Amino acid sequence: MHKLEEKIRRAGEQGRSALIPFLTAGFPSRDAFWKALAELDAHGADIIEIGVPFSDPVADGPVVEAASRRVLAEGVTLKEILAGLAARKGQFSAGLVLMGYYNPFLQYGLEKLARDAAEAGVHGFIVPDLPHEEDSPLKTALARHELALIPLVGPNTGRERMALYGPGAMGYVYVVSVMGVTGERKELAATVAETMRRARSVFDLPLALGFGLSRPEQLEDLPEDARPDAVVFGSALLKHLDAGGSAAEFMARWR
Amino acid sequence: MKNAYFGEFGGCFVPELLMPPLMEVDEAMRSIMPTKAFREELDDLLRNYAGRPTPLTFCPTLSRELGFDLWLKREDLLHTGAHKINNALGQGLLAKYMGKTRLIAETGAGQHGVATAAAAARLGLECVIYMGAEDVERQSSNVRRMRLLGAQVHPVESGSRTLKDAINETLRVWIATQQSTHYCFGTAAGPHPFPTLVREFQSVIGRETRAALLEKTGRLPQAVVACVGGGSNAIGMFHAFLKDESVRIIGVEAAGSGEPGCLNSASLNLGSPGVLHGNRTLLLQDREGQIEASQSISAGLDYPGVGPEHAWLKSCGRVRYDMVTDARALNAFQRLCRSEGILPALESSHALAWVLDHPQEFSPEGAVVVNLSGRGDKDMDIIQRALALQEV
Repeated sequence: MHKLEEKIRRAGEQGRSALIPFLTAGFPSRDAFWKALAELDAHGADIIEIGVPFSDPVADGPVVEAASRRVLAEGVTLKEILAGLAARKGQFSAGLVLMGYYNPFLQYGLEKLARDAAEAGVHGFIVPDLPHEEDSPLKTALARHELALIPLVGPNTGRERMALYGPGAMGYVYVVSVMGVTGERKELAATVAETMRRARSVFDLPLALGFGLSRPEQLEDLPEDARPDAVVFGSALLKHLDAGGSAAEFMARWR
Repeated sequence: MKNAYFGEFGGCFVPELLMPPLMEVDEAMRSIMPTKAFREELDDLLRNYAGRPTPLTFCPTLSRELGFDLWLKREDLLHTGAHKINNALGQGLLAKYMGKTRLIAETGAGQHGVATAAAAARLGLECVIYMGAEDVERQSSNVRRMRLLGAQVHPVESGSRTLKDAINETLRVWIATQQSTHYCFGTAAGPHPFPTLVREFQSVIGRETRAALLEKTGRLPQAVVACVGGGSNAIGMFHAFLKDESVRIIGVEAAGSGEPGCLNSASLNLGSPGVLHGNRTLLLQDREGQIEASQSISAGLDYPGVGPEHAWLKSCGRVRYDMVTDARALNAFQRLCRSEGILPALESSHALAWVLDHPQEFSPEGAVVVNLSGRGDKDMDIIQRALALQEV
C-alpha cells in the first residue's frame, strides 16, 4: 500500500477522517512556514499538501493566489522547497504532497523532479492543470520513484472520465466539492454527496474532499455513505496563519 | 479529443473540471460547424452585419517608393474595427447552436471585448467581459463601448492586472458557469480546441486574400505578412497559404522598446517551451517557469505566450518570425497615414513596419500582402503621447 493511502487508512481505523492541511511554501514567511509545517505535523496532520507557487494559478481562489504571489515576490522557488525538505527529511511523520501547476515542474525537468522529490521525502504530487490526456509524462516519471500523482475529480466528472484516472493511481483521490476554485464556502454544495458516491463506486483508493471547506461541522451535513476518508483545508488555514494565528491552534479545531 | 497538437505544441492543460465544457466545444466544432444551416447563418452575419468580404487595397505611393507592389487586406474596415469580429460572431453563433445563453470573454486592449459584446447583443446572448484592471484604465473608451453594447465589464485585480490575468480569471469563472455559458476565447491560443476553432473562424482572411489577389493579378503573392501577439489574425491570413510553397510567410512580433533586455512580447523569437493557459507553446518565462511580464506599445500584442500553431510553424520552418520595435511601428503608422490615407492599428503597424524596413527582402515581381488587422482610432491617446515624447 502506498504511504499516502496508508496514512488515510490508519485514520479510518481510528474512526476519524484524515486531516490534510494545505500550506503555500514560504507562507506567511520562510521561517514561519517551516515552523507551521512542523506544527501541523505534530498536531494531527495525516498528510500535508505544500503549495508550489506559480504566477498564473487558474484553479485557485483569491486567498491561495495572493499567498502564491507573495512568496514569489520573496523569491521562493521549487528548488529551495525541495532543498528545505531534504534538509528536514525524517522529521515529519505526515505524508508530504507537493501541489502546484505544471509549468514550474516541467521547467525543473520531470525526471529530476521525481528523483529530487523522492530524495526529499515527498510522497506525491497534485497538479491541477494536468488532466488525464496530458498526465502520462509526469505520471511515468513519478511512478519510477513510487511517487503518486493524485487525480482530481469533481461534480462534473462522470463515471467514464473518473475511470480514466484509475489505472496507475496511487495514494488517494482528490474530490473537488464545488464547480469553482479553491476557497472557503459557508455550505457544502448539494451535489457533493452524489459526487462522493460516484467516486466511491469507481475508485478503490481513499477519497479526500477539498475546495471550500472552512470548518469541520460542514461534513456532518453529508450522509454517512458519502463522507470522505480525508478532508483538505487550505484557504482557511492560510488566513489564520496570516492573521498571526498558530498552526497548532488551527489543528485543534479539526481534531 | 483528437488532433489537440500541432507537432509538439498545443494540447489541453486545464483542470479536469474544464474538460467537459472543452469536449463539448470540440464536439460542436465537428458536428455543428460543418452543417449547412450554421455555415449559411454565419456567412450572412459576416456579409451583412460585419462587412465581409473586406477589400484588398493596392498602395500606389508606398509601392512606388518600395519598388514592389504592396497590398493591404483591410480587416480594419470590419464592424467594430478589427478582425476580432470574425471569431466573436463564429463562436457566438456556435454557442447559440449549443444552447448556451451567455458569453464570457477576456480582453486585453478591448478589441475582442467589443467584438464579443457586439456579437452577443446581435445574437441575443448575455455577455460578461473580464479585463485586467490596468487595461481598464488604459483603454477606457473600449470599456465604454462594451458597456453601451450591453456587456458587463469586470476589472481583474489579480496578478499583473493585464491580459494574462484576465484569461486566468475567465477560465476560473467558466469552471463555475459552464452549464449556461460559452467562453468566447479571443485568440488562436488557449487549450484545445480553441487554437483550431479560432483559426477556422479567422482563416476567411487568407481565403479571401488568395482569391482576390488571383483575380486581380492572376498570380499568388510573393509574401504575406501579419503581426503576431496571440496570433489569430496571423494564422487567419497564413492558413490558406501554407501549402503554397512559393509564398513566403512572415509573422512579426513586438520587440518592445528594443533596448537590450527590455520587456517585449516576442515569445516566438525570445521565449522557450512551456505550458500556459492550457497549451504547450513558446513563452516568456524565467528559469523557474514563472511567466514574465510582456510589454509593447501595442496593447493587442502584449501577451507573454503565443498560439501553439505558430510555435509549430516556426519549429518546422514554414513561417519566418521576426520582431519590430515600438518606434519602428510608430514610424510605419505615420507613413501609412500620410502616403495612403489609412490609419492602421498599432498592432498591424508592426507587420507593415517589417515590410517598410526590409524592402531588400522582396523582388520587384509579385505582390506583398500585409494583413491590416485593425484600425488605429483606438490608439489615438497612446500615439499622441508617444509622438510627443519623440519630439522632446
